[in-house]
Amino acid sequence: MDALQRRLGTLYAVPAVALLVLSFVAPLLVVAAFSTMPQGVFSLLHLPDFSAYGTLVTQGYWQSLLWSLFMAFAATVILFVISWPLAFGMAKVFKRFTLVLTIGVVLTLFVSENIRLFGWVLTLMKGGLIDGYLGAWFGGGLEGALYNVPVIIFGLVYVYFPFMLFPLAQGIAMVPDDARQAARDLGASRWQILTEIDLPLSAPGIVVGSLFTFVLATGALAEAKLLGGSAVIVMAAEVETAFTYGQDWPLGSALSMTLIAIVAVLAIFTIARIDLDSIMGRRG
Amino acid sequence: MKTGRFLTAALYLYGIAILVALYLPLLSVGFASISKSRYLSFPVRRYAFEWYGEALSSGTVADLVVTSLITAALVTLVSVVVGFFGALAFARYSWRYRKLFQKFVLLPIFFPQTVLGLALLMWFNAIGIVPSWKTAVVAHLVWITPITTLIIAIRAYSFDPALEEAARDMGCTTLQTLKEVTLPLLAPGIVSAGLFAFLLSWGNFPLSLFTTGADSTLPEWLYAKMVSGYSPLVPTVGMLSVFASALLLLIAIAIPFLINRARSTESA
Repeated sequence: MDALQRRLGTLYAVPAVALLVLSFVAPLLVVAAFSTMPQGVFSLLHLPDFSAYGTLVTQGYWQSLLWSLFMAFAATVILFVISWPLAFGMAKVFKRFTLVLTIGVVLTLFVSENIRLFGWVLTLMKGGLIDGYLGAWFGGGLEGALYNVPVIIFGLVYVYFPFMLFPLAQGIAMVPDDARQAARDLGASRWQILTEIDLPLSAPGIVVGSLFTFVLATGALAEAKLLGGSAVIVMAAEVETAFTYGQDWPLGSALSMTLIAIVAVLAIFTIARIDLDSIMGRRG
Repeated sequence: MKTGRFLTAALYLYGIAILVALYLPLLSVGFASISKSRYLSFPVRRYAFEWYGEALSSGTVADLVVTSLITAALVTLVSVVVGFFGALAFARYSWRYRKLFQKFVLLPIFFPQTVLGLALLMWFNAIGIVPSWKTAVVAHLVWITPITTLIIAIRAYSFDPALEEAARDMGCTTLQTLKEVTLPLLAPGIVSAGLFAFLLSWGNFPLSLFTTGADSTLPEWLYAKMVSGYSPLVPTVGMLSVFASALLLLIAIAIPFLINRARSTESA
């Protein structure tokens, strides 16, 4: 039986591993190789000179990197704060409403993020849904809501909301009710239950949710382009420009490598510490 | 533990407020799509459906829809088959590198999709493949296969291993066990994974951005139009894409419901 399990497990993993080696690992290696090529070449048949990394440091690309990291961090913190009460409700308070919320939130994932962000442009722009109706009904208006840093962060919060909400709800569902009840019986205040029971015991969910939102927001492109106009240039936009207008693949690769390095370090470090079986509920 | 009545009410209100905020932008797009004027401004004064007629009769839109549909269908097929076996390796069988495999499969979900798309573009270039919608299928698979694997794995976690063992003890071959026991047990997970795969591929933009070459999918076209300036067709085509997703979901939800009803009337 065990021999059969081992054989079947290994055999069944082959398609997924083959797919990911060919379409995930190999491409990342190609990016790494390209980032060392002399600038302006389109093949890997050159001697590496690492000049793209020099350009990356001297041409001020670190500003874009810092903006991307800062906005991703801000979005993650805001998302944690606004998602926590709802995740708590979904895990511990709501009954059938949890299903309604889950379906309602998942459905938005099926609409292209472009369309949803474009919807926010129409909602927030001058003469848009909010400004237009405020103006028509009250004479006042909503000026200058678009094309600045806060609205980009808002866009990130909006798009990555499900990626924070569901892991958090899953994490909070793992907190045993007995532990919360016991703490309360022993005289713990609401705040103490939150900081000493709920937060530590739902840590896996918090970590997964924060990791998701932070790394995905760091590499985000459409939010800054559509909502932010040209307020700031994010890292993914620099990468896009280097590949399209710039026609500089090594520079684009070097820029990508900084994103890849940040994501890989955070993701591998975190995933390595998480037991997926216990989160997803394995039997026996 | 009981939560106070006031707090419970506040949480419900909060949930409703968030749902409203989530759908507000779609409301704006919906309004814009039926506005008569070429240059949009709220409040909308005159409504018309002429842009829908124009979008539906446009050859460009039809091409985009076909490309997006074929891409999504292929992505669904491959990601569900690979995800089915992957999920069994992920959740069901004990084998030596299972933990490592779980982490490896999860990793692509954490990578920014534009970067994954770019990396694939360079990889295809290096091995001499010209990008087209077919390469976009591969790009979608990198991100969507881990998701189908996870969805089916959740189902695989909850099934009783004894059922497979029983089938084998009764003399089923490995293939028979897979077909007669494992596959039906995982069927609900497979269906929802397929639905997720199709809809996520249908609406995906960042993975397609660099990998479609000369072809273009619906979300890509919309993005190009949005960045380069307003066209009255953008909200209309956007809404059509949303309606298509909604229609597919309704069908997917209705089919099992209808089958159940047919079954219960048969037995009654």
